[in-house]
Amino acid sequence: MVKGKILFTENLRELGLLIFIILLGLLIQLRNPAFLSLSNITSLLTNTSILGILAVGMMLVLITRGIDLSIGAIIAFSGMVSALTVARFPEMPPLLCLAEGMAIGTIIGMLNGILVARFNVLPIIATLGMMNIVRGMTYVVSGGKWVSSYQMSTGFKAIATGKIFGINSLIVTAVFVFVIAGYFVNHTRTGRQIYAVGSNPEAAEVSGLPKRTLVFLAYAIMGGLAGLAGVLWVAKFASAQGDTAAGYELQVIATCILGGVSIAGGVGKLSGLILGTILFGLLNNALPLINVSPFWQMGIQGITIMAAVIANVMVKRNTDRLALRRRLI
Amino acid sequence: MSEIVENRMNTKPNEDLKIRIDRPWSWKRFFFQWEWLLVIVLLLVILINSLLSPYFLSLNTFISTPATFLDKAFIVFPMMFVIMLGRIDISVASTVAVSAVIMAVSYNMGLPMPLAILLCLITGSLGGAINGLLMVKFKELSFVIITLSTMIIYRGIAYILLGDQASGGFPKWFSFLGWGSILGVPFIVICFIITAVIFGLLLHKTSFGRIVSGMGFNKMTCEYSGIKVNRVTMIVFTLAGLMSGVTAVFLTSRMGSTRPNVAMGYELEVIAMVALGGVSTSGGVGRIAGPILAVYIIGYLSYGMGLANLQAPVVLVVIGLLLIFSVLAIRIRFSVSRKNSAV
Repeated sequence: MVKGKILFTENLRELGLLIFIILLGLLIQLRNPAFLSLSNITSLLTNTSILGILAVGMMLVLITRGIDLSIGAIIAFSGMVSALTVARFPEMPPLLCLAEGMAIGTIIGMLNGILVARFNVLPIIATLGMMNIVRGMTYVVSGGKWVSSYQMSTGFKAIATGKIFGINSLIVTAVFVFVIAGYFVNHTRTGRQIYAVGSNPEAAEVSGLPKRTLVFLAYAIMGGLAGLAGVLWVAKFASAQGDTAAGYELQVIATCILGGVSIAGGVGKLSGLILGTILFGLLNNALPLINVSPFWQMGIQGITIMAAVIANVMVKRNTDRLALRRRLI
Repeated sequence: MSEIVENRMNTKPNEDLKIRIDRPWSWKRFFFQWEWLLVIVLLLVILINSLLSPYFLSLNTFISTPATFLDKAFIVFPMMFVIMLGRIDISVASTVAVSAVIMAVSYNMGLPMPLAILLCLITGSLGGAINGLLMVKFKELSFVIITLSTMIIYRGIAYILLGDQASGGFPKWFSFLGWGSILGVPFIVICFIITAVIFGLLLHKTSFGRIVSGMGFNKMTCEYSGIKVNRVTMIVFTLAGLMSGVTAVFLTSRMGSTRPNVAMGYELEVIAMVALGGVSTSGGVGRIAGPILAVYIIGYLSYGMGLANLQAPVVLVVIGLLLIFSVLAIRIRFSVSRKNSAV
């Protein structure tokens, strides 16, 4: 009984999120019956999978009390470089493209990690600087030109449009990333140590955890996932531009916050993150379906984030107060 | 808990300052300052520019050219205060956008231009005040998440009001603000000098400036010393909003019209200027001369790269590199001076 109660309160947030998603889905379904069709659900999941992949990396960074603003630029850069290589060598196997993108992303992520973990630069400053450097590099390597659909081989485009076991490969990739991440953060020593460093850096360091290495690792993983997402992005939209994914980092951070990852570090669950991703994808997918002007989207997203953050604080204050009162009696 | 950890981290530069105050004044130390390094860098930039173009070295360059890059410089001063508090406001560019759009929309709806300008400044201040209020009311939230979400919201409001259109058609005298000059000196330069003097006095000659610096070192001590910490935070963030409004006025005046995606990336440039100016991102440390020099360094740098026909993306890379290197250099400077004091 007691154990059940703890489980219930621990998952209260996720439960609330789930109920909210179901209610929102029903409301949208009432307004537009095309919403709950198989094709729309598939397209919703396909469009959300890149966001989900990035959110996993961002969760790790946020858990270490950091933030990464450079991922939009990393997506553009790794996407651009892999698109340029494909345009040059059309016979390149798709898996090699993915590896190339991930390698580029990992290197940039490692630079972020060195700045933050070794030199103690504030994460927001280090990644803001890196964002502009990498974004500028994207324009420099491409010479300001686009790589368009006809320059890409069909094999490359199939990375995002192909099917594995009858399911779109983007969805399969996202599920794959989620499964590995689930194993990593919940069942490996390093994964748990990242939480320890985030919830109390001093205590973690005193207990002998390699704090700097773990923070570095989080940024490197984030970079690698952003690089992967860059290749997927370019393959999906079949075009690589200088301003690809500009400002996308904000949506990823918003997804994490909706999913219950605390920006103060140490808190964040994969189950919440999945729900947060679905909720965010739902908002993106459903607003056009119920005839909301695209110009309203940014404002609505911002207010959703703000509301989620403030609601989180209110709930936490309330539970703290209740706990205190119980102790007094 | 995190509050305590933060304070413990903040004691490091504090010791540093104490050592600096206690030591007697000497010529050697006077020239061994960050600002002199900036002066050398500025001279280098000017030298390189004059090598690039024979027309660069003229009186015109030093009087009218700054008008091309001073619009965002107004935000540098309040941003310096914000960073000295140990925080960062990344919503300033969006505040510029929303104030400019509201000014343009209200003018085109029939409001007289002076009132529209006033409305622009009020919108900016309101935007800043909302940031400050959220910061004060929800102490659990970090400044990153608050200014990040208001950044999206303000930009979103600008898009809601104007869609993807531009709005302009301002009266003729409005362009004087950005383009006109008094006795050969551009109006915007005069405004910049006045603002710099006001903020310089505010920082170095009033108790408010001391309090901002003190709060950057140790907020809790300030609170226990009876300083109204919340009010100071509110004022600093409102100032940031107000100066974003000022920037919106000058920017719109220079461009002649405004769009919702105006001033993209200004927050980076402003933060880079403040960091290059020697203001420590861990809070507390900063002098007004540094950021002013940094404004001119970055301004002439991008102007010179324009002369050399380098594209805007290269400027992005250089500013990003400058930001990271100046933050690194300040860290290394602190650790060196701490080592020296231990000997």
